[in-house]
Amino acid sequence: MQLTAKHKEYWSKNLAVTGFLLFIWFLVTFVMGYYARELSFNFFGWTFAFWMAAQGSLIIYVVIIWYYARYMNNLDREYDVHEGEDE
Amino acid sequence: MAGIPETTRPGGMFSAGSHKGFKSQLQKVYTWYTGGFIAFVILLAIAEQMGLSRQWIGYVFLLATVGLYAGIGVMSRTSDAAEYYVAGRRVPALFNGMATGADWMSAASFIGMAGTLYLTGFGGLAFVMGWTGGYCLVALFLAPYLRKFGQFTIPDFLGARYGGHIPRTVGIFAAILCSFTYVVAQIYGVGLITTRLTGVPFELGIFLGLGGILVCSFLGGMRAVTWTQVAQYIILIIAYMIPVIWLSVKQTGIPIPQIVYGKQLEKVTALEEKFIKDPKELEVRGIFKARADAASANLKGLPGSFDAGKTKLAGDVEKLKADSAPADQVTAAEKALAAYPKDAAAAKAQWTKDSGLAARAGPPLRHAEAFPGKDDAARDVSRRNFLALVFCLMVGTAALPHILMRYYTTPSVRQARESVFWSLFFIFLLYFTAPALGVLAKFDVYSLLVGSEFAKLPQWAAAWAAVDPTLLSIVDVNKDGIVQLAEIAIGGDIIVLATPEIAGLPYVVSGLVAAGGLAAALSTADGLLLTIANALSHDFYYKMLDPNASTARRVTISKILLLVVALIAASVAAQKPADILFLVSAAFSLAAAAFFPALTLGIFWKRANKWGATLGMIAGLGITFYYMATTQPWLRGVFGVTGSIADNTWWGISAISAGLWGVPLGFLVIIVVSLITPAPERDVQELVEHVRYPNLIGGTVVTEGR
Repeated sequence: MQLTAKHKEYWSKNLAVTGFLLFIWFLVTFVMGYYARELSFNFFGWTFAFWMAAQGSLIIYVVIIWYYARYMNNLDREYDVHEGEDE
Repeated sequence: MAGIPETTRPGGMFSAGSHKGFKSQLQKVYTWYTGGFIAFVILLAIAEQMGLSRQWIGYVFLLATVGLYAGIGVMSRTSDAAEYYVAGRRVPALFNGMATGADWMSAASFIGMAGTLYLTGFGGLAFVMGWTGGYCLVALFLAPYLRKFGQFTIPDFLGARYGGHIPRTVGIFAAILCSFTYVVAQIYGVGLITTRLTGVPFELGIFLGLGGILVCSFLGGMRAVTWTQVAQYIILIIAYMIPVIWLSVKQTGIPIPQIVYGKQLEKVTALEEKFIKDPKELEVRGIFKARADAASANLKGLPGSFDAGKTKLAGDVEKLKADSAPADQVTAAEKALAAYPKDAAAAKAQWTKDSGLAARAGPPLRHAEAFPGKDDAARDVSRRNFLALVFCLMVGTAALPHILMRYYTTPSVRQARESVFWSLFFIFLLYFTAPALGVLAKFDVYSLLVGSEFAKLPQWAAAWAAVDPTLLSIVDVNKDGIVQLAEIAIGGDIIVLATPEIAGLPYVVSGLVAAGGLAAALSTADGLLLTIANALSHDFYYKMLDPNASTARRVTISKILLLVVALIAASVAAQKPADILFLVSAAFSLAAAAFFPALTLGIFWKRANKWGATLGMIAGLGITFYYMATTQPWLRGVFGVTGSIADNTWWGISAISAGLWGVPLGFLVIIVVSLITPAPERDVQELVEHVRYPNLIGGTVVTEGR
């Protein structure tokens, strides 16, 4: 099957959202991880860096995956590349 | 092999109707099941009040849960290939998420995690982040594409994408290597928990626990394992939550530990500062330091120091006798002489152990401090290792075959994406709670156990110290009758196991926690055994040796292999191999280096070819293994490595994070070799397009069984 321009656009949108979410993942994990000692102000009893590593980053990971699934599932329909029978 | 019909056969509640009907039927079944399980626990609690003994509670939990898993296996027995390998590809996203959660959370997560957090504070959070953040990579780079590819195993993808038997063979080898090290650790955990629950010997415990899941995966393969794992997830999450919530209520009056433990952490931090300066604590740590120093001096003085020490003790006895000292002094001196090591070798062992007491001579760790170290250089190494470990655990998560395989089982690409969300959500529930448990338990130890009198220890502490000194030992080192923090030696596993007692809950909850740990270990072992057996039967036998084998024959071979692999793994676990925790972590680095570059480039870069992938996997795996072999004490012994660990260490990274070298090298080799060798054939490029667009049909691979 020959790919259409629409297919290519779908794929580049996919790459864009993947890259964007990966950037957030990297920021939360490694950049904030690297500066953990500097981010040690009090945050409701936790030091901020401890809270981020123990709770905050986990919440962000869940949201990243939730957003990706929602975005891509909508994109599938928008570009008409979704599977036939589904639910 | 295309066009396997959607068969309906006797399978009771687990056979499919329409997707929607199937899903609502599943919801009904598991709601009833959860209610039934809670009722079962309440009934046992009543029986306990009426005098049912602890041992019987243990037996009932073991038999009921293992029997349940076997029962689900019998109900979902199958010999159809699509059913056996990928549960018929109709596991709804939510349930696949639960099954993945159970598959993922091993004995190490359930029992070890909170203990690691207790012992290492901030450093332990590398596991919490690594084992959750990895799912971002699964979601963004792998799950939807593998589902679209729609075959049976991970080596399947490598074989189809890169063409030929060589990449597939490397894939089989790597899948077996990392799954086997991992499954040995799980079976070891099964043995430990069964022993704790019922008191049977370790070896028997392994086979009792394993018996149930073998029935299950033997009869029904992926289909049975999936539905069992959902059941196991429900048990393990209930078992984890009840004691933590109770402990939170006991300490703060609020039943949401994840939100209130910040306040407890503040109190723990204040107590730490007190303990660091407290004169009694300093005294105890001083005693440990003196003992460690004496032992180190003796070690250096060997062999002369052995005779000197013996002569001195003998001299003491003679002198006391000659001075007609009180009888108790003479007895004490004679005891000291009798306890002296028998020969130089025994003395060396004893002193090596004693010099390890130096670890207990340091001040207590500050729980919330990131990257502790004595100076900036040490803190820098600590930070580097933290981030490297997070990296390896994350990439390893996105490369372990038994997890990736689960995303073949959803009905569609769409549901595969949602399923990763549900997977992480269900895993999140436990990992989000573990840091709270670590802090709450620490607060109890710091505020109630420390400072209590030896004559009146809290009941749980006295009981556990009597049962197992490796988990908890409290010795009055400075003979003041009061417990100092430095006098407590604690093993990580006790945190989860003893929480019900610390919180003052009845024994039935302790039994429930052990059953939860068993569910965690068994569900992971199940998924891993299936992965190994499938790699051998499907990828090796069917794809490479006998492509004309009938479906029935393939499934039969897979079942036999499953038993054989389980027996081998059980016999290895029964040897109680050294450094089992290291083996588990090693599996992540190895999987990361072997699979992640080849899988992601296979999807995102059409130019990646056979030779690039093959050499890349070998190079990544090779360097990871080499680094471990030269820097990990146990492996160094196995391979007879000479030269000091420090000489072989690069950039201060410890062996557990060896994947930090393997993953980038894997990417680099795949890219360079692919570019200097010819581009892949047109049909391979079509396959890549096929996996990228959910509706595209074509390429060389035919989707099936949907």
